[in-house]
Amino acid sequence: MRRCLVNIKIKNSSNDPIYLQIKNQIRDAILNGELEADELLPSIRLLAKELRVSVITTKRAYDELEKDGFIHSVHGKGSFVAPQNLDLIKERFLKKIEANMTEILRYAKLADVSHDELIEMIKTLEDENAECN
Amino acid sequence: MKMQNAIELQGLKKRLGNFVLGPIDLIVPKGCIVGYIGENGAGKSTTIKLLLNLMLPDQGEIKLLGKDIQEFTPQMKKDIAYVFDDLYLPEDMTLKNVQNFHRKLYGQAWQDKTFSELITRFNLPDNKTIKHFSRGMRMQLGLALALSHGAKLLLLDEATSGLDPVIRDDVLDLLLEYIQNEDHTVLVSSHILSDLEKVADYIAFIHKGQLLFMEAKDELVEQYGITSLSKEQLAEIDDKAIIGKRPHQFGVEVMLKRSLVPDDLELEKVSIEDIMVYMIKGERK
Repeated sequence: MRRCLVNIKIKNSSNDPIYLQIKNQIRDAILNGELEADELLPSIRLLAKELRVSVITTKRAYDELEKDGFIHSVHGKGSFVAPQNLDLIKERFLKKIEANMTEILRYAKLADVSHDELIEMIKTLEDENAECN
Repeated sequence: MKMQNAIELQGLKKRLGNFVLGPIDLIVPKGCIVGYIGENGAGKSTTIKLLLNLMLPDQGEIKLLGKDIQEFTPQMKKDIAYVFDDLYLPEDMTLKNVQNFHRKLYGQAWQDKTFSELITRFNLPDNKTIKHFSRGMRMQLGLALALSHGAKLLLLDEATSGLDPVIRDDVLDLLLEYIQNEDHTVLVSSHILSDLEKVADYIAFIHKGQLLFMEAKDELVEQYGITSLSKEQLAEIDDKAIIGKRPHQFGVEVMLKRSLVPDDLELEKVSIEDIMVYMIKGERK
C-alpha cells in the first residue's frame, strides 16, 4: 500500500466547482494509472487542509468518485482506489464517443460541413485545449 | 448516543434596547467550520455572548456539545474556547504571567507544550508586557490560549478583523489543523470573511437580528451568479430570479438565481461577500 502522491491543482478562475475539479483530477489519475488499485487516498480532512477548501467540498468529491466506482471507503480506515476494469472503462468511453459522433454527423449534415472540415475543427480544438493546459 | 451537533439553538431570543435578536434556530454539526456573517450590529456578537453564557437569553435554549449550557459543569466549560477582537487580560502581564495564570485556570486541561509551540510559531516576545503587544500579537496570543486547553468548540468573534494578510493566513492554517480532529468545530463570526471563506463548510447569515439562512457554502455559491446587463436585457429576466442589483449610468450589475434564468446567460461566480451585499441592498430597494 503506497501513499497517494497525486498532484491536484485548484483553479479559482475555472467555471467548474471545486469539488468537480478535485474529482476529475483524481479520476484522471486513476484512469491513466498514476494512482494504482488499492492505493490509500488522503483523508477528506487532510485533503481539505492541504488544498485549503472546505471539508464538505472534499467529501463531495470522494462521494462522487465512490458512486462512479473509482474509489471505495472502508469505515475507520480511509478511501482506497478501486480496482478498475480498464477494458470496461474504455468501452464505456467508446460508447460515449459514438453517441456524440452520431450527433456531430447529424449537425454536419444539416449545416453541410464536409468530413475534411470536421477533421480540421477537431485539430483546432485540440490545439486550443493544449494551450489551456 | 453519539453527540452529532456542536451547537443547537432553539427559539433563542434576546432584547437589548431597541434591538431584538431572534428568535434564532440554528444547528451546527460537529467537525465543521461555520462562517457567521452579517453587518455590524446584526447580532453576531450578541449570539456569541449568549453562547458563552456571558449574557442570559430572554427565551430559548442553547445546547453546546449536546448539553444545555445552563447545566455546564466547570469541567465542561473547558471544552469551549473563544477569541475576541481583543485580549481581556491585565495589561502588565508578560507571556510567563499569562501562561502561569492559564495553567492554574484550566488545571489538568491545560496543554503547556501546545501553548509553548504556538508562542514560538508566532514569534511572540517573552520580555514584553501585553501592553506593548501589537494588535496582531494580541490576537495570536488569544488564539494560542484558546487552542491550548483541549477545547472541542472554538468561537472566534471578529478575531481577524483589521489584521494583515499574513497573520490571517496563519489563522487559516491553524483552523484547518484544528479541524483535522473531527470532534472539533469552529464558528467564526465576521462582517468580512475574505480568506476564511475558502475553508468554511457552512455560512450562517444574520441580518437585523434574524437568521436569513444557514447553508453549505458550496451549494450557496453555486446557486447564484453575477452578470452585467443592459436595462432592456434586465427587463427580460424573471423578477423572482433577481436577488439584488446595482444600476449605474451604463447598465446594471445583477445577482441572479441560476435556476431561474436561461442556461445560455453567462454568469460569473459569486463570493460570500457578494451574496451578503446584494441580499442586503436588494432588500432596501
